[in-house]
Amino acid sequence: MKLLAANRLIDGIAVWLGPDGNWVEDIQHADVVRDAAGEEQLLATAREAFSKNVIVDPELIEVDFIDSEIRPRRLRERIRAAGPSIHPNLGKQAARQAVVQLI
Amino acid sequence: MYRYDEFDYAVVKGRVDQFRDQVARRLSGELTEDQFKPLRLMNGVYLQLHSYMLRIAIPYGTLSSKQLRMLAEIAREYDKGYGHFTTRQNLQFHWPALKDIPDILEKLASVEMHCIQTSGNCIRNVTADHFAGAAADEVADPRPYAEILRQWSSLHPEFSYLPRKFKIAVTGAERDRAAVQVHDIGLHLKKDDGGNLGFTVYVGGGLGRTPFIGKKIRDFLPEQDLLAYVTAILRVYNLEGRRDNKYKARIKILVHETGTEQLTAMVEREFEHLKESELKLPESDIRAIEAYFRPPVLPARPEGDAITARAIAEDAGFAAWARRNLHTHRHSDYASVTISLKGIGEVPGDMSAEQMDVVADLADEFAFSEIRVSHEQNLILPHVARTDLKKVYDRLRDAGLATANAGLISDMIACPGLDYCALANARSIPVAQGIAQRFAEQAIQEDIGDLKIKISGCINACGHHHVGHIGILGVEKKGEELYQISLGGSGDENAALGDIIGRGFGPDEIVDAVDAIVKTYLSHRHDQEESFLSAYQRLGPAPFKEALYGSDAKVA
Repeated sequence: MKLLAANRLIDGIAVWLGPDGNWVEDIQHADVVRDAAGEEQLLATAREAFSKNVIVDPELIEVDFIDSEIRPRRLRERIRAAGPSIHPNLGKQAARQAVVQLI
Repeated sequence: MYRYDEFDYAVVKGRVDQFRDQVARRLSGELTEDQFKPLRLMNGVYLQLHSYMLRIAIPYGTLSSKQLRMLAEIAREYDKGYGHFTTRQNLQFHWPALKDIPDILEKLASVEMHCIQTSGNCIRNVTADHFAGAAADEVADPRPYAEILRQWSSLHPEFSYLPRKFKIAVTGAERDRAAVQVHDIGLHLKKDDGGNLGFTVYVGGGLGRTPFIGKKIRDFLPEQDLLAYVTAILRVYNLEGRRDNKYKARIKILVHETGTEQLTAMVEREFEHLKESELKLPESDIRAIEAYFRPPVLPARPEGDAITARAIAEDAGFAAWARRNLHTHRHSDYASVTISLKGIGEVPGDMSAEQMDVVADLADEFAFSEIRVSHEQNLILPHVARTDLKKVYDRLRDAGLATANAGLISDMIACPGLDYCALANARSIPVAQGIAQRFAEQAIQEDIGDLKIKISGCINACGHHHVGHIGILGVEKKGEELYQISLGGSGDENAALGDIIGRGFGPDEIVDAVDAIVKTYLSHRHDQEESFLSAYQRLGPAPFKEALYGSDAKVA
């Protein structure tokens, strides 16, 4: 299974390609594909977003579903999806914690 | 310290305006990413895992209180409230938005700072001894020469597109605290028998994928020949350096493949043409730049010894800090203070905006508004009267900045590693934190004594692992982090590359492995006077291998 990771041009923030061509800041909302046709569709959308100066450095990454959650295979991508492992108050994990605290 | 003249201001302002226009054109789509990337890199803007990263030059690690306050302001206003001091005496912000970077550069320019040549295949920020201008053992202040090199190399048209990046370090004391022998050019300032100043010149040092200790190509280069000789080296490199393979493009590979003797001959030949050219430094120019670095007038404060002695007797925390974090000043009433950015369990080199403000205030009140950044990722107040040490310590302690560990096992260099860096293969910071926590107790650290651990999260070696007494290199193996250990490296005047000791250790094993190495040292050392490095040089790797891998381990 794969999804598409990139950085947003204007601020560099890590984003993932979600449904309907939207770029989402939470990897759990990313669009996961299971075959070559799906991958090509993600890449085509990314190419268009790149040419329209929305994102940079698009890259397909491998993921698994574990306990109904998307989990990138490589540690690099897991850290990117969460934020620095040494700073739980920074990066995506911080936003998620804030949501949990609000609930 | 050096102050910008009209020309400097105009150049930096011009560059800010130019980059503002380039960012606007990139965001509007007028520039493509391929066109923009080299432009942003020329302004210190990288794209990392979570966001952009901005690297700010701190020439030869010298900062004013005003500049540090501005870094704090930028950290608060445009980043996430902190900055990271690097092994090249620079500062990095890890979270700036591209759209804000022109405004950040404008703020930096207002305090005579910029990000020019902090990336790209050019001559990078020139680094120097962090105790420059203050150390008792100094022959002369290396910073005037670093400043001359900075002015000469800034936007130098001939050397803006070198085969690869190029790093120069200068030190001015017998004891090399600037690791000059692991730089592309290392300059060791000396006096000849006639009392004239000049440099021992090393070329082709470097770490990374293919580490080399620099080769000495000149015993003594008179100071007036500095630019002619460095130009000669750069010219040979620019013409002969490899451009076919980025991994073989540094000057160290050219030196290795050409041979030191032949390369020296090529440099000397080039130098002959340049020696009497406009590159010859007039005495008056050298002394004019030197005047910018004239040390502050240091009034006699002889009461300091008694006051400090009393404080040492009354406060064990201060006593430990005074033992470890003070460096001998050339004026006996003063000391240079190391502000450790290695609090136990903290991120090496990180500093909050609030801490920056505290240090800026202390510099203004007690240290002639001067601050230094060391390549070991600490800050220095170079000139503090011994009378004021306790007051400075108390304020640092209240700000969480008085860890008494300078030069001890927990005073580690660690690159940002996989927690931030797009190039990294493994995390560095959690390893540093784990080791610091294991050896947190002051008495244990002081018993172990001087020990430099240096950690890199990839083969590029930003954490200088090759020259760590204990070096740790993070790699990725089968999708997991793995840490290779090397022993016996050194970045000082007796520079040496460490020996890889054997197979690597997982993230859950690496702290235990370091513990085993330290215990082996403690059990084998003659006495406390024999440092880890000396003991390793005497013993060799065998007992350490045995401690790590058992008695069946193949002994080198």
